[in-house]
Amino acid sequence: MIPASFDYVRASTADEAVQRLSEAGEDAKLLAGGHSLLPLMRLRMATPSLLVDIGGMRDLSYVKDGGDSLAIGALTRHGELARNELARREAPLLAHVAGQVGDPQVRHRGTIGGSIAHGDPASDLPAACLALGASFVTASPRGEQTRSADEFFTGFLETALAPDEMLVEIRVPKSAGATWSFQKFNRRAQDWAIVGVALARNGSTRIGLVNMGATPLRATAAEDALAGGASPAEASSRAGDGLAPPSDLSASAEYRRHLARVLVRRALEEAVAG
Amino acid sequence: MTATQAAPGGVLGQRLLRKEDPALLTGEAQFVADLNVPGALHAVIVRSPVAHARILSVDVSPAMSVPGVVAAFTGKDLEGEWAGPLPCAWPVTPDMKSPAHLPLATDKVCYAGDGVAVVLATSEYAARDGGDAVAVEYDPLPAVVDLDDARSDRVVIHDELGTNTSYVWELTPDQAAVDAAFADAAHTVHGHYVQQRLIPSAIEPRGVLVIPQPFNGEYTLYSATQIPHILKVMLALTVGVPETAIRVIAPAVGGGFGSKLNVYAEEALALALARKMRRPIRWIETRSEATQATIQGRGQIQDIELAADAEGRITAVRVKLLADMGAYLQLVTPGVPLLGAFLYSGVYDVPVYSFSCTSVFTNMTPTDAYRGAGRPEATYAIERVIEDLARAVGVDSAEIRRRNFIKAEQFPYSSAAGLVYDSGAYEQALDRALELSGMDGLRAEQARRRESGDRVQLGIGISSYMEMCGLAPSRVLASLNYTAGGWEAATVRLLPTGKVQVVTGTSPHGQGHETSWSMIVADRLGVGPEDVEVLHSDTAIAPYGLDTYGSRSLSVGGVAVAIATDRVIAKAKAIAAHQLEIAEEDLEFRDGAFTAKGTPERSMPLGAVAFEAFTAHNLPDGLEPNLEASSHFDPPNFTFPFGTHVCVVEVDTETGLVSLRSYTAVDDCGVQVNPLIVEGQVHGGITQGVAQALFEEAVYDEDGNPKTTTLMDYLVPAASELPSYVTDSTVTPSPTNLLGVKGIGEAGTIGSAPAVINAICDALAPLGIHDMAMPATPERVWRSISEARGEEAKGS
Ligand SMILES: Cc1cc2nc3c(=O)[nH]c(=O)nc-3n(C[C@H](O)[C@H](O)[C@H](O)COP(=O)(O)OP(=O)(O)OC[C@H]3O[C@@H](n4cnc5c(N)ncnc54)[C@H](O)[C@@H]3O)c2cc1C
Repeated sequence: MIPASFDYVRASTADEAVQRLSEAGEDAKLLAGGHSLLPLMRLRMATPSLLVDIGGMRDLSYVKDGGDSLAIGALTRHGELARNELARREAPLLAHVAGQVGDPQVRHRGTIGGSIAHGDPASDLPAACLALGASFVTASPRGEQTRSADEFFTGFLETALAPDEMLVEIRVPKSAGATWSFQKFNRRAQDWAIVGVALARNGSTRIGLVNMGATPLRATAAEDALAGGASPAEASSRAGDGLAPPSDLSASAEYRRHLARVLVRRALEEAVAG
Repeated sequence: MTATQAAPGGVLGQRLLRKEDPALLTGEAQFVADLNVPGALHAVIVRSPVAHARILSVDVSPAMSVPGVVAAFTGKDLEGEWAGPLPCAWPVTPDMKSPAHLPLATDKVCYAGDGVAVVLATSEYAARDGGDAVAVEYDPLPAVVDLDDARSDRVVIHDELGTNTSYVWELTPDQAAVDAAFADAAHTVHGHYVQQRLIPSAIEPRGVLVIPQPFNGEYTLYSATQIPHILKVMLALTVGVPETAIRVIAPAVGGGFGSKLNVYAEEALALALARKMRRPIRWIETRSEATQATIQGRGQIQDIELAADAEGRITAVRVKLLADMGAYLQLVTPGVPLLGAFLYSGVYDVPVYSFSCTSVFTNMTPTDAYRGAGRPEATYAIERVIEDLARAVGVDSAEIRRRNFIKAEQFPYSSAAGLVYDSGAYEQALDRALELSGMDGLRAEQARRRESGDRVQLGIGISSYMEMCGLAPSRVLASLNYTAGGWEAATVRLLPTGKVQVVTGTSPHGQGHETSWSMIVADRLGVGPEDVEVLHSDTAIAPYGLDTYGSRSLSVGGVAVAIATDRVIAKAKAIAAHQLEIAEEDLEFRDGAFTAKGTPERSMPLGAVAFEAFTAHNLPDGLEPNLEASSHFDPPNFTFPFGTHVCVVEVDTETGLVSLRSYTAVDDCGVQVNPLIVEGQVHGGITQGVAQALFEEAVYDEDGNPKTTTLMDYLVPAASELPSYVTDSTVTPSPTNLLGVKGIGEAGTIGSAPAVINAICDALAPLGIHDMAMPATPERVWRSISEARGEEAKGS
């Protein structure tokens, strides 16, 4: 890898990290697992002037019982989350999804905070967070802030995070995914989903979609249909309504819409049967 | 196993672990990028981002202000460095058109990736920054990416040639007979297939390091190459350095598959710049760069027709090919279609044959040999179209093949295309493959799924292949206008302590020659394989050789090793007879010792003979000291491995996703030196054919922009996408070489792609789907299914 040159500092606390960011201005970037940022730097599509490495903050790697919700440190690696007993019991959808990200090497390095902060519509964990109604706790020089997943993803690779804001914790309501399903459609096990569906049911149904638009998003038309009493078949037929999925080398927009319908139906069938 | 592999020393046929592996697995092995030379300048090539354009200007001066940059040159700056263009060694016809191809373009770029400037710096980072700073102005021209468009000459890529057609090559021993066979046929079938371009993707990208020696104007060139010997000669001609002043070393090389069977611009540049700068020059290819700057494979459009009688016996094969050369002719680019030209009749007894190929230039990366080179394409065409014949006749896939197979008793078999196939037992391999795959149970399950309308349908595909490999008889290469021979060299010497040194002209880059050559020698000499050292891939140590490609190394180079070993034994025998004071005829060589027939006490171990040969104190009069012998073996014929593969797929008819459920391969490469290595070659080979069938395609848009420039876009399958293969073999020795061996390096790739596509078509046959383009992506399969069902692909 031959990136453009950059400065590098290591921060040991969230406060120190956001301080560094606010001093350096817009060209600085946090470095967590590096598994989204470094590939971009390799292609020189990202050329940050300063990397603030937060990867060593082990105290932000945890899964804790927070009463009604589960609290997950932003630096928790995908593999740690997938194997964590508490997460598997209280947020089984999220733990399962973490175990489906990339391959073992990616799961060993990549962090949940990095995955969410990157805001990639092709990534799995944000869709699961949407389905579970998760919320995100951040730190910045202006203090701590909590936002719901629904208000977090604002555009292609854009989030509500300010340039000097760091994601520190993810909170997942325990009751959200009484039954659930995750459908990841790809051609190779190690790849991002061509389309993915994360579905959580507890009375109502919330459906997060992977790679169906510019941001991680919810299948609101299908959710509404279900709320209005539609059958799984009827509801799933609306899974792509109102969405503008991308056309790229792995799939046309039309095929993605088709996949969304098939996968939402399969997810509903699995979650109902489960 | 159907034949014994018993051999004198009992080493042949053992599943020995490879000698090469510990160094590779522990990271001890040194690849070009691992070689660190003080004072080396790192080179970065500035490449054209557009497919076709005139170069208006190249300004390297901004690069010179980047800290660490030492020099930067345009194509024009270096024009005086070249004694000749980059070589194409295979002018297939006397009137073949070949554009001048210099290491850096001067006036025009002809594909995205064509080099226009080079920047040298004290670090890779500075070189890359310098490269980014070079300012190039292009005047874009329309790009040619479609082969029919290329043939139309709407846009001519190389002005000086006046046409995009490089050559037309024909093989029509008897056109009238072919036409008559089609006129009289009870059945005719026609297949039209596209062999998409593939990116070879060796685990190690390319790299070169040239070190100028302090005196005498000599250069040591390390390259990730398959062909150190050919490279040396060709670089001497291109760069104008005497052949005697170049030493080429291929250190550990991480795979090639044909992509390192070339003489590349960067190799010539590194040598010329080492001469110009008097400093070591190092260039290491990045993965993304490899998707543009390294040759690509396949790139053909095929039309194949079969004529057959009422029972489905094929009476004629007629083939028309349109082949994509890419922007320039690399080392053997034009020859690739010829390597398949003789094989479109496959494993079948076909009386008359005609083939013609038109090859055209396009604004894409040059194509060249990629694992199988011409033969996977040929096999695909015949093994796909024969399914149409089976349907036309109303028999199943196995039966149509049985009716047409060349029978075991017909060997050696003279084909209508003009080859003599050495040996074969095609039906036996088919029988074994069907048995191992559990065909009866599979058909029953398929019927159940069809009946119940299961969302997931089952398909079974057969491919029976043969191929020609082991390049090659030099005279045959001459008849095809190839400019080099096809022999291979070996030297075997016994050292004073009884250890053995083998020098081979082959250049392994993953094939395990050190292990296999040791086994051949150990088997004949009665020493342990661990007592044999194999030296290779350094032109100073192994001056003669024609290197490794075309599944040639064992059947040419390995045989040369065996012959040289036997010559050593013959000389040793004379020494032993002298020492034991016995006539040579009365000595026999067994278990590593020369022993008097009838009086086993009178015996002399080979090691003792070696020591006597070394001290030379008591040798027969007139015999020179030392035990060393060489062979330069030119094979009398190609070898013709064969086999049958059976692929079982599951097709999700809702999403179009195809998964391999099982894969059975029965291959016959004659006598096996090391079955473990054979299996390794078969596994990797199958995977590359499966990759073409399901995953891989070098995609260009209509302007010639490459779209698959990372391994996130170009999908190389991994173990998780593949089932555990079931492999077995039959053993039909080749009668044309001492060891009875045939090549196996490419066979898996040659046999596998049609098995996969046949399986998909079998799964979808009830829908009337009988063809599927490669790669069979989920979307492509889904679209076929939607169309067949008469559904508009839904969506808004
Ligand atoms: C081969 C490969 C396959 C992959 N496959 C998948 C897949 O199938 N599914 C999937 O979902 N993902 C996949 N990924 C992406 C992977 O999950 C990444 O780990 C993840 O997207 C980013 O996490 P990270 O810790 O590596 O973040 P980094 O790369 O370090 O950072 C990503 C971005 O987030 C910012 N950032 C990081 N942490 C924080 C924080 N705490 N607060 C604020 N900003 C922060 C960084 O500044 C940067 O802009 C794959 C990656 C690779 C290399």
